[in-house]
Parts: sequence; C-alpha cells; structure tokens
Amino acid sequence: MTQVVDPEARAARFIALEIHESTHDRLVWGMRQHRDKAVAGIPEWEELRELASQIKEHTLTHLDKYLEEFEAKATSLGTHVHWARDAEEHNSVVYDILSAHRVKSVIKSKSMLQEECGMTPFLQNRGIEVTESDLGERIQQLSNEPPSHIVVPAIHKLRTDVAELFAKDLGTDPKNSDPHYLAEAMRNNARPRFMAADAGMTGGNFAVAETGGFVVCTNEGNADIGASVPPLHVASIGIEKLIPRARDLGVFLRMLSRSALGTPMTQYTSHFHGPRRGGELHVVLVDNTRSTRLGSPDFWHALKCIRCGACMNTCPVYRRGGGLSYGATYSGPIGVILDPGFDLRKYRELPYHSSLCGSCTEVCPVKIDISDQIYKWRRVVAAAGLLSLTKRVGMSALGTTLAHPTLFDAAESVAETVLAHAPRSLLYNSLNPWGKHRELPTVPKQTFRQWYLENRKKGS
Amino acid sequence: MKLALFIPCYIDAFFPEVGIATLELLERLGCSVEYPLDQTCCGQPMANSGCQDDAAPAEAQLVRCFQGFDTVVGPSGSCVHHVRFHLDAIEQTPQTQKVRGSTRELVEFLHDDLKVEAFPWASFPHKVGLHNSCTAVRGLGHARPSERVNDLYFSKTGDLLGKVQGLELVEIDRPDECCGFGGSFCVTDEAVSAKMGYDKVQDFYRHGVEYIASADMSCLLHMKGVIDRLNLPLKVIHIAQILNGGPL
Repeated sequence: MTQVVDPEARAARFIALEIHESTHDRLVWGMRQHRDKAVAGIPEWEELRELASQIKEHTLTHLDKYLEEFEAKATSLGTHVHWARDAEEHNSVVYDILSAHRVKSVIKSKSMLQEECGMTPFLQNRGIEVTESDLGERIQQLSNEPPSHIVVPAIHKLRTDVAELFAKDLGTDPKNSDPHYLAEAMRNNARPRFMAADAGMTGGNFAVAETGGFVVCTNEGNADIGASVPPLHVASIGIEKLIPRARDLGVFLRMLSRSALGTPMTQYTSHFHGPRRGGELHVVLVDNTRSTRLGSPDFWHALKCIRCGACMNTCPVYRRGGGLSYGATYSGPIGVILDPGFDLRKYRELPYHSSLCGSCTEVCPVKIDISDQIYKWRRVVAAAGLLSLTKRVGMSALGTTLAHPTLFDAAESVAETVLAHAPRSLLYNSLNPWGKHRELPTVPKQTFRQWYLENRKKGS
Repeated sequence: MKLALFIPCYIDAFFPEVGIATLELLERLGCSVEYPLDQTCCGQPMANSGCQDDAAPAEAQLVRCFQGFDTVVGPSGSCVHHVRFHLDAIEQTPQTQKVRGSTRELVEFLHDDLKVEAFPWASFPHKVGLHNSCTAVRGLGHARPSERVNDLYFSKTGDLLGKVQGLELVEIDRPDECCGFGGSFCVTDEAVSAKMGYDKVQDFYRHGVEYIASADMSCLLHMKGVIDRLNLPLKVIHIAQILNGGPL
C-alpha cells in the first residue's frame, strides 16, 4: 500500500529547525518581491497574462493537431520524435536510446518531467551513471532528496549545509561556506563529467509546433554544455509544453523569469532545431496523466503551467513548511493541484496543506485558478472517502450541530461552560492543537443571541 | 432600508460585542435591522474541508432563514464570501440564488451601497494596523491585492477607517500576507498556521501598532491567541467596533 504523505508533520519538522525556516521564508519572499518589481516595469502585465492564458487554452484544446504538427516539423529537421504514454514508457524509451548508443554516463540539466518519471534511479539501476548539472539539482542529488522548488531546488538549505555536504562528497573544507569557494569546487568537479559524458539530457520549456524546435531556459548554461559536448542529446518534453508559433515565445519568455526570480530573462534561452552537425537529437513527448487531466472540467487548466514557481514564492504555507513537506515531485500550490492527479491516495492530505489565501492565483502568469482547484480537490478527497478520520468525524458532528438552531444553542452553552471552568491542563495539551502555540479565546458573559433577546426582544 | 443581520456562529459565541456594534452602526445609519433568531452557520467549515454532504444542511438552514429578505448584511468577509461564491452543496433554487445574491459584507455595504461619508460619532486616537483577510482582499475585492502591482491602489476598509477621527493607519511590511487562520487549517496544520500567525503579529508589533483591525473576526481570534501567548501589548478589534465607537 502506498504511504500517505503527511505534509503537516513534515512541515512541523522543518519549522522546528528555526533558522532554516526563517531563512527560507526570507529568501523565497525575496523572490516574490523581485517579481513584484519586475512586473511593475511591464505596464501591460495583465494583458500578457490574459494572452498567455488564451494561447495555452487554445493549444490545449487543439493539442492533437499541434502535437502532430510538431512531430512532422521536428522529424523534417532530423530530430527523432518518440511518444511515451506514461513514466515507465518514458524511461524505457530513454533507456533504449541510451543503450543503443552504449551510453555509460549521462550529464543532465534540470527537468521536472524526468524527476516526475523517476528516470534517474531507473537508469542508475541499469548501470548508467547520471549526473545533475544544475547546481541546486546536484546538491539535491548528493543529498538524496528531490528538488524542494521548481526553480531553486536547494533553497531550503543553508550554505553551511552545503559546505558540510560538499566536504563529504567533494572533499572541501567543511568550515568554509563561502558561496564562491563552494561553487568553484562544484565547477571543478562537474567539468570532467561534462567532458566524459556519452549523452546529454534536458527537459524543454516550450515546444513550437510551427517550427519543430524547442526551447530550454537555464540560468547556469549547463543545459547548453550538456547538449553541445556529448554527441547525443535526449530531451523529455511533456505534451502540455506545446505552443503554436515561434512568435508566441515572445509572450511566455517575457513572463517566465520575471515571475520566477524577477529577472527580465533567464541567462540562457536556447533554441534547438534538429541535431547539430554530427550529432543526434531525440525528443520524447510524454503524456503521463496529462491527457486524463485534459478531460477534467475542473482541473485541465493546471496544464497551462509554465513551471515558473511564482505560486511557491508567494505561498505563505510553502515558505513556512518548505518544499520537501509536500513529499512529491511538485511542491507548493501547483504541487497541491498536480500531485493528487498522479496518486490521490498518496497525496490526499496535500489539498489541506493550504490556507486558501488565494495569492497563488493572483501571481500565476498563465492565470491558473490554483486556489479554486485546491478547494475542489478537497471535495474530490472527501467524496472518495479519503478524508482522514479526525477531519471526517469532526465535520459530520459540526454539520449536524450547525444545521439545527437548538442544537447549536446547546453546543454553545457547553463550549462556554467548558472553556470558562476547565483547568489549564485540560485545555492546553497535545490533544488540542490550537493551544500548542496560542491561547484559547476567553468566553464572554453572554452570546450575541442572548444579548439580543434580553435587550431587543423584551416584551415584543 | 430594511435588512437582515447575519451574525456568524463564532461571532455569536465569542464576540457578542462585534454583533452589537454591527447592529448599532447599521441602525445609526438609518437601516431597519432584523436579526432572524434561527440562524446558525453558513456551512463554510464543512465545505472548506470538502465535506459537501455535511455542509448541505447548514446551507439549507441559512437559505430558509434569510430567503425573505432583500438585503442580508454580515460582519465577516469569509462567511459572506462562502455564501456568495461557494454555497453550492444545496440545490440552486430561486431562494438559494436570492440569498447568495443579496448577502453583503459590512465593509462593502457601507462603502459601496450606503456610500457612508462620515462617522461623526466615532473617535479612535490609536495607531491601527489593518488586516484585510484573504477572502476580503482576493475574494470580495476590499482592497487591491499586493500581487496586482500595476492596478490602481484602493482600500475600501482603509477608506472607511480614514473617516474616523484620530485614527492613524500604520503600514506593515507584508500587508496582505495570510495570518494563518484558514479555518480548520489552524488546527490540522497547526505548526504552519501558528508560525504564520507569529510572523503576522510580529509585523504589526514591529511597526508600533496598538490595535489590529479587521473585517474578519476569525483571523483576529487566531491572532489574539498568538498575542496572548506572546504577551504582546497589542489588541484586536473588529472594524464595526471602531466605526460605531464601541462597544470594546
């Protein structure tokens, strides 16, 4: 049976590491502030959001046409196009390509899709060495942890954590947490791996139907080395990454990095149109639940996501609890609405790991109704009978009480008597989550209803 | 104007003074106010947990209670938001649609409908930090959400409080960051909720606020729990109490 992820307990553990939580909140909120400044520089931002949303909706509602157009154009450029129904098929397609080329080591750049498919452990179990080339992803790989953020995968770590990690794996000085020193050490470690790799793997941020090309955005240029040094380049692209025309990139590229980090563009925006001379280029187009989601009236809009991470940066729950609390490939608000689509049982608690504040919906550059979808996922969880026992019993009793004015009156009196007269040890204990960090409300002498009856209804 | 007063369950039980202030304020402004006695709850706690079946009886009760009125006013952004946008565990009969369409939150009723120009009876010589709840800002449009940086700034709650003599509004660092209440979230995700509450309260405290004012008593209930635990010299107050000049 799958283990149910408990985001509340995981978040509580992260918060208990006080300095991690406060640093994390400060840095991630900083990205939101940078986003605000960048957006303020684009007066037509809201128009861009609307345009981006419409382009994505149009593409998603004509996806068959655009996918076939992409395949035809890409093939005519000399790219090998493969199709994968699910994660397993993706991994075996990739493995077949690699083993046909006798690949022993792969250098890969960041790809949430390859993460989603569990590709790295799959390949490593078959004797292929896989090295992450994005600094944050490499830190996470060395830590045996998934990325905690879509854009900045190791943001939950302090630099002293990284110093300790590198000391163990790269032999650096554990006391030296200077970022330049650590980055240089990683550069020196990674370069020989780039040179020795038999294949480079990337994801793809946008695939253009009209041209058959695709675009990879990074800030470190690591995808470019990976795609340029080894003779073989394999890119995994989710079918929802399609856009119709090259000119549509002008909309999305203006929004992606501004939303993510508050910078006008990613440092590297690389366009791949067919294999380079003497090389080979493979694109694997992956479904993995996307077409099922496309058929869902409530949840298909989530496929518009361009993976900028703005919803994570603004989310007060994400900033406090950290990305690893979600126990899934995708964390933050977008993770809350994506992950249950992969495994409802496992991720049934995620929709409750949100205060429904709605900020995610407001920052989303492609106008996904994230907060509304979180709310709707709760209904799906409850309707599937997967609500945890405490929530279920409480809600049923509350529902009955609140439906009946007399019961409600009686419950109020009981609650007031208990709160007013119970000893502190009874009110503040491990069974009362409210009282762990907060005082309980004091009880007034009378309810509003009692006051109203005494003062306004007398004699009437 | 004749209207029905909708007093959410937790205000009835824990904050009668907010109900009294709302009632008195509406009467001062010339409204004829009736308080239907068989009201309980809007169904939000159950619906927010996804339990539509458990929410339905409370929602039906709310409709039965208020269907005879053309205007229903309640001093709670989150409850009014539930009625207007989420009251769908029950059949959407003409009565249900009428109640959903005629339910107004106090701030928007004063600001948009009555267009109140002055509160000559009110004086509040204090430094006040405004807490617009998430449902009030992003759901009901009480103020420009901080995410919409290019939209024209507005704050209906701020406008109303600005008409009170002596009141000084204090800016904080993260004006519409969620306080962490979030309904049942405050107990099911206790650690995160409490940390959000601590951060929010500290933001007000750092800026010399004396009173945290809000149109949502549920957020204030949570923040008051934090304030009392931390023993901070801060008070919470519903904006109806300020605009009416009490009771405190």
